[in-house]
Amino acid sequence: MTDHDNAYAGLLGDADPHWAFGTGFTDPLAGVDPAIPSEVDRADLAAYCLMLGDDALVLAQRLSHWCSRAPDLEEDIALANVALDLLGQARLLLARAAVVDPSVLPPSAQPPEDALAYLRPPERFRNVLLVEGVDVDFADAVVRLLLFSVHRLAVLDRLTGSSDAVLAAVAAKGVKEVAYHRDHAARWVVTLGRGTDESRRRLLAALDRLWPLVPELTAAHPVERRVAAAGAGVDPSTVEGAAGAVLAEVFAAAGVDRPTAAALGAGDGRDGRHTSALAEMLAEMQEVARAHPEGTW
Amino acid sequence: MVTATAEAAEAAARAAAERVTDPELPMLTLADLGVLRGVSVDGDTVEVAITPTYSGCPAMTEMSRALAAALAEAGFADVRVRVELSPAWSTDWISPRGRRALAEHGISPPGPAPRRSGPVPLTLGPPRRTVHCPQCGSDRAELVSEFGATACRALYRCTACTEPFEHVKEL
Repeated sequence: MTDHDNAYAGLLGDADPHWAFGTGFTDPLAGVDPAIPSEVDRADLAAYCLMLGDDALVLAQRLSHWCSRAPDLEEDIALANVALDLLGQARLLLARAAVVDPSVLPPSAQPPEDALAYLRPPERFRNVLLVEGVDVDFADAVVRLLLFSVHRLAVLDRLTGSSDAVLAAVAAKGVKEVAYHRDHAARWVVTLGRGTDESRRRLLAALDRLWPLVPELTAAHPVERRVAAAGAGVDPSTVEGAAGAVLAEVFAAAGVDRPTAAALGAGDGRDGRHTSALAEMLAEMQEVARAHPEGTW
Repeated sequence: MVTATAEAAEAAARAAAERVTDPELPMLTLADLGVLRGVSVDGDTVEVAITPTYSGCPAMTEMSRALAAALAEAGFADVRVRVELSPAWSTDWISPRGRRALAEHGISPPGPAPRRSGPVPLTLGPPRRTVHCPQCGSDRAELVSEFGATACRALYRCTACTEPFEHVKEL
């Protein structure tokens, strides 16, 4: 029976649990064949899924920040849509990591994807440093999304041939989505580069700030190398040429030179060594889940 | 051997599942949208396969519930909803009836999904697609944003009748 005097009563019905940790979401891999290719080490494959999943999860969280702060309403919605796509990819990849090697899970009664997103400390996140940085301005957000999606698209495109059927399927969906993200970011880079003196100045500054983080995107971590050699993953160093060609096309259209800022050295994000920006982001993102485990409302 | 009763049960389950509508585009059934991938009956159990439109589609849970409820109403208590990830959903799977229903409700249906060989080509200009205004039928429409109220829709404005409308993006 509905309690008409209490506007919130309907939210707590058993038949229709609304969002809360551990409720309301079904397993994104429900009924998907969990078979794992025999040639690949399970711990490696799970770590590889976390790398791809954490990249998507962390950037999704960063992009969500722009909803209500972008230059216009349409852009609020666009970046939120991009974030949602990446969050969806992250859910599938984190759930896959937990199926492949349950030892990646923090002890918790929560569904695997929630436990991985909300209960891991920063040092157990395996994302690249590019995705965790705080955007200084909108040009930063656009350049970050361009650099990330150009590389992710090239990786996912090759990952469609993975011997892991789940990864291959996640990649096949992801390619279609990230193609929209990349082109959206590229159009903004052209707009800013060919816009006003101020937009161009901000674009160039963002490129200088973020360019040093690009080498990590194509630096193969030993896990990536082994999973690629076993036929289940993609060695990111193999996409450097393809990604560089796309970036050159965008830079030419935007009338900017390829940045020359030096690399920051070998990336550490894949091994869990992050900037303080990630810890601060996770402190906020995980706060409610940690304070109210299995809370419903 | 498949008995006539088993076949009838499967047909009844299929009919019930095919009536379920999409929570975001209620003018479309999940079958018309191409999200419903299969219905099979094994004894007392019905297995329904669905596929997400986008990886982040938040409606999957709602779809599962609606399918279970519709099948329960049709007399099937034990329903298992299975996610089918491959092949990835394409707007090419939206049925002709679904396309008509979209247009009748003011949403421009998608054109053919992009096909390619080799790397995904970069598109720096506005996406090349033929879009007709669902209000006045004009093909003079301008893109407002590639990302609309849901991941699957873009925003357009008709320059003939000036009405805004949504277009289901080719995927």
